[in-house]
Amino acid sequence: MSEPQTIAVEFKRVMKSFSTKRVLNDVSFHIDQGQALCLLGRSGTGKSVTLKLIMALMQPDSGEVWVDQDNVVGMGEHSLSLVRKKLGYLFQDAALFDSLTLYENLALPLSRLTKKSTDEIDDVVHRVLTDVGLGADGAKYPSALSGGMKKRAGLARALVLEPKILLADEPSSGLDRITAFEIDELLMRRKTEHGTALIIVTHDVHGARRVADRVGVLDKGNLVAFGSVDEVSQSENEVARKLITE
Amino acid sequence: MRWLSKLFEFVGKVGLFALRVVADSLRPPFEFAQLSRQLAEVGNRSLALIVVSGFALGAVMTLHTRNTLVAFGATAMIPAVQAVSFFVEIGPLVAGLLLAGRVGSGIGAVLANMRATEQIDAIESLSIDSFKFLVVPRVLACVIALPFLTLFMDFAGLLGGFLSEEVASHIAPTLYINRAFDYLQWSNFIAPTLKTAVFGFIIGSVSSYFGYTTDKGAQGVGEAATNSVVLSSLLIIVADVLLIKCIFFLFPETAI
Repeated sequence: MSEPQTIAVEFKRVMKSFSTKRVLNDVSFHIDQGQALCLLGRSGTGKSVTLKLIMALMQPDSGEVWVDQDNVVGMGEHSLSLVRKKLGYLFQDAALFDSLTLYENLALPLSRLTKKSTDEIDDVVHRVLTDVGLGADGAKYPSALSGGMKKRAGLARALVLEPKILLADEPSSGLDRITAFEIDELLMRRKTEHGTALIIVTHDVHGARRVADRVGVLDKGNLVAFGSVDEVSQSENEVARKLITE
Repeated sequence: MRWLSKLFEFVGKVGLFALRVVADSLRPPFEFAQLSRQLAEVGNRSLALIVVSGFALGAVMTLHTRNTLVAFGATAMIPAVQAVSFFVEIGPLVAGLLLAGRVGSGIGAVLANMRATEQIDAIESLSIDSFKFLVVPRVLACVIALPFLTLFMDFAGLLGGFLSEEVASHIAPTLYINRAFDYLQWSNFIAPTLKTAVFGFIIGSVSSYFGYTTDKGAQGVGEAATNSVVLSSLLIIVADVLLIKCIFFLFPETAI
């Protein structure tokens, strides 16, 4: 008998506006632990905002955002810090800390949030850097890395605390096909080998088809389609159909 | 009247930001590693600017005051005038304004850049309190470093003044020092030097406010740097007036 699936992230009737512009309108969905969800949609339709709401970097106007078994809306800083330890976030431009080397970028969360010794931190950082193909680049500063290397470094930092849920904001944007494929492979490996739930904002439909168990399409703040790739390809919504079958 | 309500709103926001700095600086965990990094940035890297400026200012001041004092037959007063003006006012004020220019713009630009490139969000996403991690150490570094930098400026000014006077009158170093400190008591320069800790707090808080709270992307980086210098400098001058009144009120013997 298979284990019952646990919900990794759930949105319940979430609304979010910036001044007069509504970017999320009554959005509800959930994904289970170990699944990958790709969020598609035109620019400015609320995809990145969705990730920031999950990480509680911003608050919705109304609705609930559940991460694992906690509603992060209105949560205090201490509880939020515990929830965030379950999450990893790959930012669109990697958001590596300019003043720290790649090694220090990864060692920082380990030294502050775990009780690992310096040697253990050293081991973990080298292992994660090697996993993303940057084993020899630990001493470099972010300014010395190419776009693809920055993305992989950002992914390494997002993974260094072994999160249960990984949020990735356009992990393949601005990358060539081969590097984008490598990033997708890293994400897939994370899902299959560690059971990490993935929520990926992307414009790369080919990548989404490869990686996603579920696809969500956002248009003008509304979640116009949600389901498997096949289900979304047969959606009644024209924008969703066009996006997934392009 | 809309501008007035905006002004009050702005003052309120900066005030609350500064209060949060005070509250968070007393609450563990304490960011000693970050503080040490910032002390190096604010203190060590500003030292050359402070010393060279102080030296030049000291030399120029002696050149300007010498002729007048000679005309009144008060040549012997030159070292005392130099010491009193530097230790009591010029050193603290100029060191504060120089630091506002060098460090204030840097703090504003760095934090605004970190905001624009989502580095501050990244810190939060790693369960690290970005305010305690980025803002508090920068403000504390300014508070700690500025009084020491002021002392360097004071002595550099005195050295510049001595060399200028030595060229003009071949005065002996010991005589210059004796005359310089004839009219200066400890109490005359302790309070003015310590008041620069307030200047440091102003520089750190105002610059961090503009950098940390910007939401204008890359454009916000330049604006944060400029606004940090302008408002820090203005507030330092205003605070100087108020602090001098406070010092005279609390320590009347410091009035020369």
